[in-house]
Amino acid sequence: MSSVNDWAGPNPVKDNRSGLIGKGVDRYEGPLKVTGTAPYAYEVQPPSPPAYGVMVGATVATGRITGVDIAEAEAAPGVLLVWTHRNVPAQPAKGTRKHPRSTAGSKPALESDRVAYFGQPVALVVADTLENATAAARLVRLTYDAASPDVDFAARKAGAGQPPGEEDVEIGNFGEGFAASAVQLDETWTTPIQNHCQMEPCASLAWWEGDRCIAHTSIQMVKPAQHGLAETLGIDRDDVRLMTRYIGGGFGGKGQTYDDLTLAALAARALGRPVKVAFTRQQMMHGTIHRPATVQRVRLGADRDGRLNAFSLMTWTHCHRDGAFTEHASNFARTLYAAPNRLTGHRLVKLDLPGAGPMRAPGEASGTLSLECAMDELAERLGLDPVELRIRNEPPVDPENGRPFSQRQLVRCLKEGAQLFGWDRRLPTPGQVRDGRWLVGYGMAAAIRGNFLLPAKCSFSVDDDGVITVRQGMTDIGTGTYTVLAQIAAETLGVPLGQVRVEIGDSELPPAPGSGGQFGAATAGSAALMAGMNLRKAIAELATGDAESPLHGGDPAKIVFQDGVVGIENRSETLAGLIRRAAPGGLTVEGEIRPASDMREWSQQTYGAHFCEVGVDPVTGEVRVRRMLGVFAAGRIINAKTARSQLTGGMIWGAASALTEGNPVDPRYGSLLGQDLAQYLVPVQADIGEVEAIMLDEVDDKANPMGIKGVGELGNSGSGAAVANAIYNACGVRVREYPITPDKLLAGLIARGL
Amino acid sequence: MKPFTYERAADARAAVKAAAETPGARFIAGGTNLLDLMKLEIEAPQHLIDVSRLPMAAIEAEGEGLRIGAMATNSQVAGHAEVRRRYPVLTQAIVSGASGQLRNRATTGGNLMQRTRCPYFYDASKPCNKREPGAGCAALEGVSRETAILGASHACVAVHPSDMAVALVALDAEVETLTPSGEARRFPLMELHRLPGETPHLETHLIPGELITAVVLPPPPEGGQRYRKARDRASYATAHASIAVAGGKVALGGVAHKPWRAVTAEAALAAGASPDEAMTAELAEAQAIGENAFKLPLTARLGAATIREARGETP
Repeated sequence: MSSVNDWAGPNPVKDNRSGLIGKGVDRYEGPLKVTGTAPYAYEVQPPSPPAYGVMVGATVATGRITGVDIAEAEAAPGVLLVWTHRNVPAQPAKGTRKHPRSTAGSKPALESDRVAYFGQPVALVVADTLENATAAARLVRLTYDAASPDVDFAARKAGAGQPPGEEDVEIGNFGEGFAASAVQLDETWTTPIQNHCQMEPCASLAWWEGDRCIAHTSIQMVKPAQHGLAETLGIDRDDVRLMTRYIGGGFGGKGQTYDDLTLAALAARALGRPVKVAFTRQQMMHGTIHRPATVQRVRLGADRDGRLNAFSLMTWTHCHRDGAFTEHASNFARTLYAAPNRLTGHRLVKLDLPGAGPMRAPGEASGTLSLECAMDELAERLGLDPVELRIRNEPPVDPENGRPFSQRQLVRCLKEGAQLFGWDRRLPTPGQVRDGRWLVGYGMAAAIRGNFLLPAKCSFSVDDDGVITVRQGMTDIGTGTYTVLAQIAAETLGVPLGQVRVEIGDSELPPAPGSGGQFGAATAGSAALMAGMNLRKAIAELATGDAESPLHGGDPAKIVFQDGVVGIENRSETLAGLIRRAAPGGLTVEGEIRPASDMREWSQQTYGAHFCEVGVDPVTGEVRVRRMLGVFAAGRIINAKTARSQLTGGMIWGAASALTEGNPVDPRYGSLLGQDLAQYLVPVQADIGEVEAIMLDEVDDKANPMGIKGVGELGNSGSGAAVANAIYNACGVRVREYPITPDKLLAGLIARGL
Repeated sequence: MKPFTYERAADARAAVKAAAETPGARFIAGGTNLLDLMKLEIEAPQHLIDVSRLPMAAIEAEGEGLRIGAMATNSQVAGHAEVRRRYPVLTQAIVSGASGQLRNRATTGGNLMQRTRCPYFYDASKPCNKREPGAGCAALEGVSRETAILGASHACVAVHPSDMAVALVALDAEVETLTPSGEARRFPLMELHRLPGETPHLETHLIPGELITAVVLPPPPEGGQRYRKARDRASYATAHASIAVAGGKVALGGVAHKPWRAVTAEAALAAGASPDEAMTAELAEAQAIGENAFKLPLTARLGAATIREARGETP
């Protein structure tokens, strides 16, 4: 049985002899990306000229396809193939797992005449050029027997039930505790549907080599994509090679494959040539998953000193009629603050909307928008500073399971953040500070996100030139995976960064779970460290056992790897020289990481504190973020630059959730209103002033052998609440219906006589 | 996108002649709106006449005023020294629209001819009387906030998206055109755009094939100038409401199917009404539908504040 104690000893990452760990190293693949030469899935050069597939989306939300007329499309210039449910090749029924250990089941495209959501791909046109395929796609004539879509979340909320297999979590007696509390708060917040809006829409390229399908796609997790495609095609898993070398953003939206991949592979097989299929920007909004809307009721009961006696966060949310996803917006709250009486849970309603699924910081991103504003409101009612209120409710151990925290530096984040931000200049009474036409306010919120470690493998090779190659079925969704793997490899083998190659995003490589849930760096990186340690051992044994090596006969445990040289005390030789002579062709070893069996004896989280200054135009209700500061504690940081980018990106996303992001549902059509980036508003440069992310020194030796944790989701947790709280401090108006757009703020401003 | 043919016009006369002779022809200059619409097949011209290289980009004095060639880009106009000095409301309006990249491409004539950003107009699966006369209007009972409060009809509640045009209307600009028969016309820009009525697919009073060749500004009116725009984000977003003030002249954007000359407010101001009273008078006929009710107080407040600002008073 493994234990976190096994990770306690020294290792090269902890020793950090070259100082590469923690350094803000430039991105490994940065030059390729900024020069436009990193081939994303759609841009990979196939072995022969590709054909181009364009999907047609359903124009109704629910019903059946009753009429299909593809004659005109088939006759259009350059058209090679037109498919609907009537003539698409047969695929195993949805969810079929021919191989019992497949990590994903069959995902057939154009499966039947049933339309389950607006925008569902219902036809494919493949032509010799993208332009011809696009033009012909408009000529596919489908008629529907459409039913009235059941999509009105607000109306259906009352009928929501427990998510399958879940129960509310109550500790103590919430009802009694709340009733007995001297100060009570009971308010409800709503958050809207959000779309991921990755820079790179979902896209795939596939071709066949005999009975083997070669596919490039844009996906966060390699193995489920490979397995799911094999199941869909009805072939052995080894007969699918799936690659995803560069990914233009995932954010949870590319945790699963879509019909672009299935259809590219099927059409490539049918046509005997490579086929590319991509979603358009407009198709992405309905054709892929979204973050579902929520209604969140928060009840806080405290004594007059601000100690929580009762706390509850209940979340209502929705998913697709055939789906099972729950936006767990209440879960994070189980760990955040102390209170003897606690009640949390979720209610789920199934609707005819497109699929709900994970989006950056699923749970926390939505849930902190209620709870962290409720804490602000409670602080005001108590006449307490919001920072102080949080410190007073700091739990000594995990408040629900009693486990000790592996690390918990939330209070330090709060205190250091307050000092760096100048929080003491905040006036607790709203509406007191003006700068020209702007009312200025400060707000803050706490951040929390769980830490995870999953099983992963990795291989390390050294070649005749002393170059170390890392190989792993991992992904880099813009987060910095390439770079941190290179840093770990360079530090572990004592070679310069320029002497490390990283190959990821390929189903042929040792499997890793991919990118998601901020488990990527810890999981993939720990496997890399293990592989690196094994390679060190192999090299040490090679050198000490080689009669021609100056290290011959030495103690392998004493070998030092530095600057591309291996040595014991004053004897040394270059790594390249050793390999060339003693192991020509190089060495390759594997390593793997598994979660320690006792990891769950500790409550493992990452923490942070957000501080924000906004301006509110009292005439128009417009809000602009003037500055944001986040202070985070997330274990050892491998790369200060890529970690900072992730954190600031998350912070900006939170600001967007507070201010602009949300896609209204038109209940008449079951469709979303915003269908491009001019209608679905994410922040632009001019919306965001100064943004700074500070990372505290921390090593979490219960997390993994490197003591690192993830930062991918943490920045998004709480930052929107800090913005909302700053808006209140600026102008005295609370809007609990996100996003806080001028139309909503204006009513409150007028009511306040502003 | 549907296949189309393309020609580059040799001169303005050749351009209007080609337009008159070719069914389904459209002029293209910067293409910043037309190409987007063509990709979605909301516009499907059979023939494009490229006027972008015509020598009509000059910005030059005309009497006491200024003549802006139709091919002058939005960036060129906004950055022009005379515009910035004498017509600051125009610079302010232009730079509050679109993005820097788009303004570098978009032309003066094209800006006037751009089409609404109503989300239902952009979604071809929804009924829209602009796209298909008689189909109905999905926005009328829809969930968009960006609909008209002035001059709308039961056939269309879309708004005109231009910021530049709002300032031009306040500045009493005129439009110069060349008709298909080769005649030059000149008329107030205020009369260029139509209200939707029963025919929202007809957006201007230009006759088919007529080409805008210039916009002419009279000397600036006495008094301060100011453009302000309220919107969800600080750049690349259409207006919830906007207002251009040039002396005693006032125009509104984001509230109607055309840049809205606020003649009632102007008369009230001239008669000594306060800015708030003037805006209240202007909006007396305004009607909220669905999600756009906030535009009434917003337009009133933004309008009054901007009038005060243009006068050098505390907004």
